[in-house]
Amino acid sequence: MFLINCPYCGQRDQSEFSAGGEAHIVRPKQPTELSDDQWAEYLFMRKNIKGVQFERWNHTHGCRKWFNMVRDTSNDKIHAIYKMGEKPPIK
Amino acid sequence: MSKNLRITNSKFIDQTSRISFKFDGKTLYGFKGDTLASALLANDIHLVGRSFKYHRPRGIMACGPEEPNAIVQVGSDASMTEPNTRATEIELYEGLEASSQNCWPSVNFDIGAVNNFFSPLIPAAFYYKTFMWPANFWKLYEYFIRKSAGLGKSPTEPDKDIYDHRYLHCDVLVVGGGISGIMAAKTAAKNNFNTLLIDDKNILGGTTLFQENECFKINNSYSSEWLKKEIETLKSLKNLTIKIRTSLAAYHNYNYLLARENLTDHLNINEKKDKIRQRLWKIRAKKVIISTGAMERPLIFNNNDRPGIMLSSSIKKYIDYYGVKCGQRISLFTNNDSAYEAAISLNNSGVIVNSVVDIRDKTNSLIVKQAEMLGIKIHWKSSVVNTSGYKKINSIEIMKLSDDGTAVVGKKIKEKCDCLGISGGWTPRVHLFTQSGGKLKFRDKDNVFLPNKSELDQISVGSCNGDFELDEVINNTVDSINKFLKVNNNDYENLEIISSKEINKKNIWLLPSDKPLGKTKPFLDFQNDSTANDIKLALREGFKSIEHVKRYTTTGMATDQGKLSNMHALGIIAETAGVKMGELGTTTFRPPYTPLTFGTIVGRNVGEFFDIIRKTPMHDWHVENKAEFENVGQWKRAWYYPINNENMHEAVQRESKAARDSAGILDASTLGKIDIQGSDASEFLNRVYTNAWSKLEIGKCRYGLMLNEDGMVYDDGVTTRLSENHYLMTTTTGGAANVLSKLEDYLQTEWPELDVYLTSVTDHYGTVSICGPNSKKILSKIIPDLDLSDKEFPHMSFKNTLIDNTKCRVMRISFTGEHSYEINIQASYAKSVWEKCYEAGKEFNITPYGTETMHLLRAEKGFIIAGQDTDGTMTPVDLQMDWIISKKKYDFIGKRSLYRSDTIREDRKQLVGLLTEDPKEVLEEGAQIVSETNKQPIEMLGHVTSSYFSPNLNKSIALAVIKNGKKLKGQKMFVPMKNKTINVTVTDTVFLDKENKRLNA
Repeated sequence: MFLINCPYCGQRDQSEFSAGGEAHIVRPKQPTELSDDQWAEYLFMRKNIKGVQFERWNHTHGCRKWFNMVRDTSNDKIHAIYKMGEKPPIK
Repeated sequence: MSKNLRITNSKFIDQTSRISFKFDGKTLYGFKGDTLASALLANDIHLVGRSFKYHRPRGIMACGPEEPNAIVQVGSDASMTEPNTRATEIELYEGLEASSQNCWPSVNFDIGAVNNFFSPLIPAAFYYKTFMWPANFWKLYEYFIRKSAGLGKSPTEPDKDIYDHRYLHCDVLVVGGGISGIMAAKTAAKNNFNTLLIDDKNILGGTTLFQENECFKINNSYSSEWLKKEIETLKSLKNLTIKIRTSLAAYHNYNYLLARENLTDHLNINEKKDKIRQRLWKIRAKKVIISTGAMERPLIFNNNDRPGIMLSSSIKKYIDYYGVKCGQRISLFTNNDSAYEAAISLNNSGVIVNSVVDIRDKTNSLIVKQAEMLGIKIHWKSSVVNTSGYKKINSIEIMKLSDDGTAVVGKKIKEKCDCLGISGGWTPRVHLFTQSGGKLKFRDKDNVFLPNKSELDQISVGSCNGDFELDEVINNTVDSINKFLKVNNNDYENLEIISSKEINKKNIWLLPSDKPLGKTKPFLDFQNDSTANDIKLALREGFKSIEHVKRYTTTGMATDQGKLSNMHALGIIAETAGVKMGELGTTTFRPPYTPLTFGTIVGRNVGEFFDIIRKTPMHDWHVENKAEFENVGQWKRAWYYPINNENMHEAVQRESKAARDSAGILDASTLGKIDIQGSDASEFLNRVYTNAWSKLEIGKCRYGLMLNEDGMVYDDGVTTRLSENHYLMTTTTGGAANVLSKLEDYLQTEWPELDVYLTSVTDHYGTVSICGPNSKKILSKIIPDLDLSDKEFPHMSFKNTLIDNTKCRVMRISFTGEHSYEINIQASYAKSVWEKCYEAGKEFNITPYGTETMHLLRAEKGFIIAGQDTDGTMTPVDLQMDWIISKKKYDFIGKRSLYRSDTIREDRKQLVGLLTEDPKEVLEEGAQIVSETNKQPIEMLGHVTSSYFSPNLNKSIALAVIKNGKKLKGQKMFVPMKNKTINVTVTDTVFLDKENKRLNA
């Protein structure tokens, strides 16, 4: 059970949050102009890294805000948390 | 007749308060402070169970959670009996009833013991190898294997005990109240850390508590005396909470830990009543100090499993702490100094110590010298090669070890004894450390795995960190704790410590015998009955990974998770395979450390508290009117309202007919309701629904279909434009929470520029839906001022109005195809409005109907239910709902996916109607559909999604998804069932009132 530092509410138990998959996948502005392959790339292709991964999380049972997290999936260490729209503080 | 083996000088047992208990039906006596194990031993009972596979007699071996043999069934009540409990951890109480497991008819005469004679025929993986063929015989085998498998008996009725969960936060958690744990807790609490100290025993102090030996002294008094004073000062500290009878079950990431506190297990039967039995503590600690100590290892030699063979440290605890002699002529067998502590304690209590058999060359440590001084005989460089005695050990055979330790030489000496203490060194309890994700390192010197790296704010101290000598324990604990807590505690400076030091170390994982290995039974895992031979067999058969050997031989897979056996298994594998132990790695220790009863895990979440139950404001009315309920998500929804002795079919037929003939009333409060406001609300709806919203007039309603980005139907519902920038969206009952989350996701992450605010108002309004040709008349009785003419209040529009001066919204929308209204009113008024409608409708035979009738009525009209007729693979085109996809909109969620190569395939499964050849025949939902009957195998073209007998059409109707269904209209298809094949015809999805005349009737 992680402790997650919600950027709006502070440190809370993991049970208040839900994970929302890989971060920084932007919905294409003009989907109609994409080929099937380009659209499929957006729609289906996700990374599943053992190691440092950029993820979206939602404070579902709290402020309901979405935010980003940099997490090492091998040991669940959280390296950074930042708001939606912000640039990742680490590479 | 059993003897009394109690000595009278124990300080920890209250010999003035006698306790009676029953074991295997026989009444016995013990004292307050005893465990079941110590009380049995005091009654000279060693034999307490039979082994798992060979049914060999087994006795008490240890005194703590690592006990492999003495696992008993407690209680006989069908709801509260508990199997597989360790007799060494059960505190004795008046009225305790316990019995042996895995034996029939009794532990003394067990039929299953024939397995022992066939043991050469039952090697590792015997069951895997034997019962493979013939494959269809498995059904027969399984019955017998299941009968003979398993140890205790599960309770057959729900647990009547009360269990509880609570949260706890602390700065420092200390796990284990032995000497190092007490020093750690004291240091933490004195330095203003909010500290929690837990220990699984009923008293703090660990093994030092009863250490009264000249070789272990602090400041000139016995280490036990010194520790008792420490405990006294500890109890006066303010920042400290102490929890005894609390064992740590699991150590998760981020210092989240679960501990089980035993509250009533030690109380008399009548004191237990109505109290919480066990509490699960969910602990979040800033820092964790693990001081869980070490376990003594057994030695692996021929016939090392007889009752009366025990760990030497346990024999010491039974005599020093419980005042119980485990035998009257005790031999000891060791590879280290620990057994000498037991020998001295026994000698001081007047028990005859035959000899100590030591595999080492002569050694001169303080404690060995003391034993020699007391006249205890020692067989140096020797090994026990065999033991005798069926139900209890009666003698051992001793031989000299060869110089390299691989063989025994010389003459065999036989020694009579009634108990044998064995000691194979110590294993640090690193279970919790590894559970938390910590990595271990191997120390060659004494063959132990020790905590190495951890990502968490935690530390291990004392013998669980590999410090086994008293002075090391104290000095290293002080240093580590000071560093860990960044404090400078000098309480323990300048202590004068006398500690016997082990000089000579020697280890042989599998001791040699005078017989070939195949003729011996050196047990490794006592509970699962696996021997060193099984491990060697597995290696010969090609297993290399420790994880595979473990599963193949089941070593370490019993309820004790191999606490005593794992190290030897690893040692023998490493030795046989010629690899270093450190490189071999270990198997994974998983929570819980000791078994937890299910009651503790679920706590209060049982019965009606198992899951959250949501009830509508009218719920009580439904109950009073004898509704049957169905669960829809967490909601309890009225399913149907049987009258007299109606069954479900009869009730639904009556309700469905009434709703179309005159009037029906439905509680629609559970539909998800989302309040949408903001200057971009219309644009937002344009993007989330497939159809266009900009031109929807204020006061009008529109049906919308919501897709996922992959183009598949996600949810549907009617949305009403309340004012320029204000909409009320409805969703399906089950989809409400997910739809809100999805909308919030898009608003926050993809379209943050939109000025839109979402609020869930599902619980704020109750919804009464009245439908049928007389619904208009009923509503006009309730709201006489409202103009209900089609011109003023047409289908798909809404009005703000008042009922008894209370604001409400009335929508003229329909899910049944009938003329109908939905009244939305503040939840607290909803029941009274429902009752008003019901009263007003009585003259029209208004009939309350439930979800089943609602489903039937909408199916007559071919309206889909998202989640029943769709399953996440259906596009709106598949549903033949092309009309709802806006051609003009540039984009909406899922639009691009509607013309991917896969979604434009013509042979996708598409929604169609089905009519059965025999109109009385009702199809089963989920039934498969085929196009031919005489071909095998035959392709499944689709399946039935909704099916009912329609009383209004007087025939059976169904919706189905069929490959290429759009083109199959009018075609005959077949639905093969178990005993017959049903002929069906593919039709349109709308069965009733295709012209929608009834909406304005």
